[in-house]
Amino acid sequence: MAPVDKSKVPWWVSNLIVPLVNLTLALLVSGLFIFIAGENPYEAVRLIIYGSFGYIEGFAYTLYYTTNFVFTGLAFAVAFHCRLFNIGGEGQAYIGGLGVFLVAINFSFLPVPIIWLLSIAGAVVFGAAWAFIPAYLQATRGSHVVITTIMFNFIAASLMVFLLVDVIRDTAQMGPHTIALPEEQWFPSFKDFAALFGIKIRYSPLNISFLLAIAASVFVWFLVWKTRWGYEMRAVGHNTQAAIYAGISPYKNIIIAMCISGGLAGLLGVNEILGVHHKIVAGFPAGYGFTGIAVALMGRNHPIGIFPAAFLFGILYQGGSEVTFDMPNITRYMFVAVQGVIILFSGALENLFRPQIESFFVNRLNMKANA
Amino acid sequence: MEFLSDIASLINSTLRISTPLVFAAMAGIFAERSGVIDFSLEGKMLMAAFVAAVGSYFLGNPWLGLLLAIIACVSLSMLHGFASVTYKGDQVVSCVAINILIIGLTTALAAAWFGQAGLTPTLNEDQRFLEVNLPFAESLKDVPIVGTIYSDILSGHYIFVYLAYLSVPLVFWVVFKTSFGLRLRAVGENPSAVDTAGINVFAMRYKALAINGVLIAFAGAHLSTAVNANFFREMSAGRGYLALAAMIFGKWHPKTALIACLLFGFTDALQIRLQGVELPAIGEIPVQLIQAIPYVLTVVLLAGFVGKAIAPNAIGQPYIKER
Repeated sequence: MAPVDKSKVPWWVSNLIVPLVNLTLALLVSGLFIFIAGENPYEAVRLIIYGSFGYIEGFAYTLYYTTNFVFTGLAFAVAFHCRLFNIGGEGQAYIGGLGVFLVAINFSFLPVPIIWLLSIAGAVVFGAAWAFIPAYLQATRGSHVVITTIMFNFIAASLMVFLLVDVIRDTAQMGPHTIALPEEQWFPSFKDFAALFGIKIRYSPLNISFLLAIAASVFVWFLVWKTRWGYEMRAVGHNTQAAIYAGISPYKNIIIAMCISGGLAGLLGVNEILGVHHKIVAGFPAGYGFTGIAVALMGRNHPIGIFPAAFLFGILYQGGSEVTFDMPNITRYMFVAVQGVIILFSGALENLFRPQIESFFVNRLNMKANA
Repeated sequence: MEFLSDIASLINSTLRISTPLVFAAMAGIFAERSGVIDFSLEGKMLMAAFVAAVGSYFLGNPWLGLLLAIIACVSLSMLHGFASVTYKGDQVVSCVAINILIIGLTTALAAAWFGQAGLTPTLNEDQRFLEVNLPFAESLKDVPIVGTIYSDILSGHYIFVYLAYLSVPLVFWVVFKTSFGLRLRAVGENPSAVDTAGINVFAMRYKALAINGVLIAFAGAHLSTAVNANFFREMSAGRGYLALAAMIFGKWHPKTALIACLLFGFTDALQIRLQGVELPAIGEIPVQLIQAIPYVLTVVLLAGFVGKAIAPNAIGQPYIKER
């Protein structure tokens, strides 16, 4: 087949139709997995939709998951624009959570909104610091960030369990977690918000971090597409040799991109610590860091794409827990597999039907123009 | 004598622990020498562990389990090839997809079929590989030095341990002494030159990936049907990545990769030894920190304090034939 002239392809074909076709394929394959596991895929879809939209608490959970996926999705996307695969979001979020907690507990004498701002800064700094070493090694020694960031996930997990067991554990309790932060430092939750309107709900993990996720999306859009640094970073990612020729330092940009990426992943800690658990619980990043990869790839690494992709994964997570509740054969790992399939079809295999779809639409538009 | 037997058992466990790493590093050499990045060693190892355990449980024979594991891993390698060689997708993304898919799928299916929180049923003696005692190991046991080396260190391993170390010279021979190996290396260094010489670049990469799948299957089967008697969630525990780091540290060369794998194996054997031991001057090191040692070592080795590693020239780039 003759290749299609890229400039003639309308934006909505490459940015909307193609991703939707890939997503559909991924969901069909996922349905097959559910079938192999011995359950009815149609019933699973019905449960997913009911669980994520069917009642107000469920919908709030969907938005809470969305918040986490926006942070980790943006984190992966920023590094990816510099052609860096930061798959260490998990570890960076874990250490970011440590930053939130340490700042909040040590500055508790300050007024609350200032503690919040400092804690957010703590999350960013700790997350960025955890990304800095792999970034530095990539920039100076060429150690591939995929391996080093994965190793830093393992190291972060060991370090945090060590801290939670031996150093900062709440000694009055058995479990590996810290003491709770004072209640006035907790982020206002959706429950408090709903109560203002007279709506009573039992519990909701959704909190004002959702607004932080929106702010982070705008920040990333501005940084990557509207600043000189963003341009330099994308230049390094696109063609390192050309960037060097233009006087752009790949070394500097690799490190900055990874640190911003790590900082964004660290923000997950804000949602989880200030908003939900109010203390550090062992293993709180719970795979959100990895899901961020799927979110970013599906959202084509742009905040405008990442937000709906994060929402879609929010539906999948919240609806998924409804499924695991009702279908004994399905565990939450099934939805980890679904993520893998989505990454495969919207990332690695994104060219599977792209030429066919693009030439189909280009031909149709040509015919219309000639008619 | 206490000290000597300690050393012997440390070397013995080093050989055993390094086995999956050696298979995985050899598998990685084939893929990466042909110019295809393979971060999916981790996922394939996990898949092999799962399929070998399940297959051997249902069929009652560990060799059939191994065969199924080989089929599963070659299929995954072909999927990687389909995405990254034929469709020219991003190789790293393809690997990440395979790894996440397999982590989820193996645990989800184990839970769905056996309902034990992602464990497969324990295999009995007929369903798993047993330790192989080399001939005369019993009678030579009491001979000083020779007995220690032969009976305590070399004898009594699972068959995979011997196969792993035999695979190293074999891989060396195939990659460096045969015309297939020459083509393989050429495809990874300069695919267009190979194409000009009339060799099919895509076919070479697929062949390399097929061999890669076979080798990595042994690593997984070793984990679930030899050292352990079942599959459990995420049992590969980063070994695929460690092996890849060992391969890079070994400069994509079987002999040096083997040394790096043994170094990892030794560190791991040592960290198991150190757990709960009071060290002079330091005291007892917390177990969580000891467990992190192999991962820290990986980062240190990758940082290349022993010299910069040069990858095959065309690695990670899909080959686009000119029209």
